[in-house]
Amino acid sequence: MFSPTDIQTKLEQILPRVTKPGRYTGGELNQVVKDWQNTEIKVALAFPDLYDLGMSNLGVAILYNLINQRQDALAERVYLPWVDMEAEMRAVNLPLYSLETKHPLVDFDIVGISLPYETLYTNALNLLDLGGIPLFSAERTEEHPLVIAGGHATFNPEPMHAFIDAFVIGEGEEAIIEIIEQVKKWRNNGSSRHELLSNLARLWGVYVPAFYEPVYAHDGTIDHMETLHEHAPMPVIKRIVPKLPPPVTRFIVPYVDVIHNRIPIEIMRGCTRGCRFCHAGMVTRPVRERTVNEIVEAIETALQQTGVEEVGLLSLSSSDYTNILELVKAVSERFAGQHVNLSLPSLRIETFSVDLMDALRDSKRHGFTLAPEAATERMREIINKPVSTRQLLDTAREIYRRGWTTIKLYFMIGHPSETLEDVQAIADLCKAVLAEGRKVIGGRAKVNAGVSTFVPKPHTPFQWVPCDTIEQIHLKQELLRRELRGKGLKLNWNDPHETMLEAWLSRGDRRMAEVVYQAWKHGAKFDAWKEIFNYAAWMDAFNLVGLDPTFYTHRKRLIDETFPWEHISTSVRKKFLTEDYLWSLRGQTRVDCRERCFACGILPTFAEMRSLNPGEVWQCPEVKPKTQRLKAASTIQVDEIPVITSGD
Amino acid sequence: MKFLLLPVETELTYTRYRLQFGKTEAMRYTGHLDVYRAWERLIRRARLPLAYSQGFNPHPKISLSPALPLGFTSACELIDIWLEAAIPSEEVFVALDESSPPGIKVHWINEVPVSEPALPAIIQSACYRVELLNRIEDLADRVDTITRASQLLRSRRGKTYDLKPLIEDIELSSADFPQVINLQLACREGATGRPDEFLDELGITPHLARIHRASFVFNAEITHAYPARE
Repeated sequence: MFSPTDIQTKLEQILPRVTKPGRYTGGELNQVVKDWQNTEIKVALAFPDLYDLGMSNLGVAILYNLINQRQDALAERVYLPWVDMEAEMRAVNLPLYSLETKHPLVDFDIVGISLPYETLYTNALNLLDLGGIPLFSAERTEEHPLVIAGGHATFNPEPMHAFIDAFVIGEGEEAIIEIIEQVKKWRNNGSSRHELLSNLARLWGVYVPAFYEPVYAHDGTIDHMETLHEHAPMPVIKRIVPKLPPPVTRFIVPYVDVIHNRIPIEIMRGCTRGCRFCHAGMVTRPVRERTVNEIVEAIETALQQTGVEEVGLLSLSSSDYTNILELVKAVSERFAGQHVNLSLPSLRIETFSVDLMDALRDSKRHGFTLAPEAATERMREIINKPVSTRQLLDTAREIYRRGWTTIKLYFMIGHPSETLEDVQAIADLCKAVLAEGRKVIGGRAKVNAGVSTFVPKPHTPFQWVPCDTIEQIHLKQELLRRELRGKGLKLNWNDPHETMLEAWLSRGDRRMAEVVYQAWKHGAKFDAWKEIFNYAAWMDAFNLVGLDPTFYTHRKRLIDETFPWEHISTSVRKKFLTEDYLWSLRGQTRVDCRERCFACGILPTFAEMRSLNPGEVWQCPEVKPKTQRLKAASTIQVDEIPVITSGD
Repeated sequence: MKFLLLPVETELTYTRYRLQFGKTEAMRYTGHLDVYRAWERLIRRARLPLAYSQGFNPHPKISLSPALPLGFTSACELIDIWLEAAIPSEEVFVALDESSPPGIKVHWINEVPVSEPALPAIIQSACYRVELLNRIEDLADRVDTITRASQLLRSRRGKTYDLKPLIEDIELSSADFPQVINLQLACREGATGRPDEFLDELGITPHLARIHRASFVFNAEITHAYPARE
């Protein structure tokens, strides 16, 4: 067993030998160090990647602050070591430790793992292994910490079901506190681990995978999911907070450079646009906004507490924030001349966005990012991001006119029903945008095209869609590389093998857990890092487990297939997703749902909550208090959905 | 052909301050560029009107003494900062002290003329305290060999150089454990002796020592490098 002092002593010898040792020391400004002995519940907040990435994760920062505000609990940070550090640690059996007090992971009561994306799964296993915690939930005893996980990837928790004791589905701000209470009870009355899990299963938004078991059909799809415990809800409904809590302002200030070295302030959660490929847009509903005043005050406090010179106003679609112009004006007036850089990501393709960026006078004009996602109007209708090419070119011209020289254009290949003509159109559109730039600023104009590959995600209208094969992707990327060369043009794309990994895991079932385990055993880790990603390890794992990867990626799913993630409810109904998918096949679009409610399922599920939070806080229609509601509910019209069954 | 258009300097008047600070344990592994950033953030938190360069990509007007290698601590780092207002040194000191992060401890501050030479120009040598983590039995002999050598050719980053003329003084402590070597090495532009190179020359793995920069030796004629009162 290693004490914090042992760990410190070992580090003294190891750190000078590894790259960027500053990631492993902790001790930064604003970290919270509490009295270990006299704090009841110890929570390790683990981000299963490098410090450099994990430090930018807002979710971890939110929970860190919430937990540390409590008298009875403390939260400390844990990140994964890079390969050189891992080798040094394994060589002397040094366990993974927390940055604040250098306690080994296994000394904590709760280990909470952040899983925002699938390529962290093998890292999560490595994290548990380095921390001396049994990988499989079933192997843990009363001696071990409770291992929980949350984050966007966990809306399909199944590929990780074997390793995580309990998932928090949805927003964690309130759930984490309830979990701490349960763990406290468990520690105090010395009851069994099973007892703890039973109590956790009763909490809203908590999914205990051990209490569920899938029954498979002959073809390998899910027949149905069975519950094995009386407290296990079916389905597990995602957790949301009715109103966004005050934003975090006391951020830890890293001593070494990290990505997104800025203060992140979430201006709203959720999105009303309904882009059909977008996982975040579907799972984070409803839209809840913060007030302009709350945001400006938060920035002020955060600048004061950190001294950081950049602020990121985060949301899925900044332009859709109700008072965006007022916010931008307030921010630029308040912080003018203070050398504060503001980033405002995810702006709509319209000249108003250029006005907004212009209003942020202090901002550097490096590049202006637009994300048309597809290059033809037909394709943009299929994905429900209807923007006319005219409007895009007008916006581009305005951007160049106002002093930006580079426009970054984000596209995806692999949308449903995409042809090579649609891919060719990406190249043509990039050139058309560049031509607009040349007219305005001549040879200085640049276009950077980022073309990623679409991965169909669970809980979205495209959850039925087959993913492109490696061959298809190669062909499309080849075309783009051929077309997008020359002065002023730059192209970025993703390795199709990495796309495959994301695709297997996104729509994976429970059987994928064994693949994740075997891949990790065969050396897979840091799957999101090009230089480490080990495709062969994954292929070996599939072979060993006897699963066909194409079952998860390229198979055509029937419209009435039961998916492995259906016992997890985002409250956006399958009926809505089915309808939206069928609409997409007809090229039929939906308007922003603030203009018209399409009854996705959020309001019926959270009607009570909405009626208690009237007004602009939510962007869903108002719900009258319960007594008056019966009548109102019938006024929401839902189009009848044609059902295609497996017999068709 | 590239042209760099420089903006016309505005009428701002700057006040320049020179500070000495300790770089302690918490910032041991913070590299030179990150120390710059830590200082920029510290001055901003202290709500002092830090001056920035003009132009499209303004930089804070901050200048540090020669880089301290990663893993070293120091009692004597120097920094010049430019503010857009003339604030009494004592006030600047208090503001900075209150906002200092773990790892930075401000020792003294002096207002210096804007025309004062830059820090690297006034520093001649640096003194280091090297504490060995493991006992080396024949340390005195090894040091003696170095003292008597006429030259110590070494290669660093593909270049050959002579370490010997960069070593100005070596002093061994009498203690058995931990063994301490006090070193004075040249610290001029283009002629900088590194204590880790010295250790390697002694046959000691540099990371098995704790290295602390204890003081700088300045050009005799420079006065502003010293505190008004210590």
